[in-house]
Amino acid sequence: MIESEAFVQALEDIGFDFFTGVPDVLLAGVIETLLTRRLYTPAVREDEAVAMAAGAYLGGRVPAVLMSNAGLGTSLNTLLSLNLLYRHPCLLIVAWRGFEGHDAPEHRSMGQVMTPLLDTVRIPHRTLSDATALDDFNWVAQTFMKTRIPVALLLKPGVVRGIQP
Amino acid sequence: MRPEEGTMQSRARAIQALLELIPGDVPVIICNGFPSREAFKLVDRPTHFYMMGSMGMAAAIGLGVALAKPAKKVVVLDGDGNVLMGLGTLGTVGALKPKNFIHVVLDNEVYGSSGNQPSYARVVRLDQVAKAAGYAHVERVREREDLVYEFKDLLGKDGPGFLLVKVSEQAEDVGWVSLEPSQITQRFRKAIE
Repeated sequence: MIESEAFVQALEDIGFDFFTGVPDVLLAGVIETLLTRRLYTPAVREDEAVAMAAGAYLGGRVPAVLMSNAGLGTSLNTLLSLNLLYRHPCLLIVAWRGFEGHDAPEHRSMGQVMTPLLDTVRIPHRTLSDATALDDFNWVAQTFMKTRIPVALLLKPGVVRGIQP
Repeated sequence: MRPEEGTMQSRARAIQALLELIPGDVPVIICNGFPSREAFKLVDRPTHFYMMGSMGMAAAIGLGVALAKPAKKVVVLDGDGNVLMGLGTLGTVGALKPKNFIHVVLDNEVYGSSGNQPSYARVVRLDQVAKAAGYAHVERVREREDLVYEFKDLLGKDGPGFLLVKVSEQAEDVGWVSLEPSQITQRFRKAIE
């Protein structure tokens, strides 16, 4: 399992310097680390977080947004009509709730359709794993500024230390 | 509820008064629909971010800019429909209290860009919501001279400031914002570096 500190450090090393989002239990360890390092600005909705990240990018920062995949649904219009339209990159760190159906009932639908949904709206994505972490972070670094659009790093349960649902 | 409707200034007149008072190096985020289109026709500056989609997100975009650029004043020109859609952001601003954030709401009590359907702003006091949320200074104006006085005052104070401007439903005959969105991004980033 990847420690939260190592996860945050890897993102800081890439250059991410503005973190916002809405919590999910899978992200609890990462958010705690970000709060300890005074890097995290909480938002109240995921689309608000995405728009704040877009504003931070306009102000010269390199933003990342933490959310559950439920929040991905909430953010869809903002991702399409703001980030993708205006070319505002941000890293979406998305908790994959409902992964393989093993989760609370409300996560089943989005857990199933999340990756086809990202494909449909043409947001590049990759699923983080312990074994490929170095490659995954390199992919984030390379894809982020090259494409100038949002890219998503998907976090399954048990990959980064946090509270497990 | 709107006894003096006939004497109200139009949104375009209010935007013109505001843009005359905003220094050229101050970033301005303008919400989608007629506000962006009218502002673009009145005066176009690279420091203007014309929001086209993402309704409800103007204040959140402005907040992101304000947090990234704490030494610069940031002005958001918002609408009542937008504020109601992204109402949670009033809480985020009120909690974070960015001193450089000025939120102007052009309130015509209708969804003016989609056919003047009534908005709840005619019963919900958005200025009182902002005050309760924790904005440092909140004012509500209708007359042009009050708008000028209060906005100048907010520009000189530590924020976050909130200025509700009651305007008429009148819309100007304006075209679309004829800039590529990616071009708006590039020139805005450069202008506020």
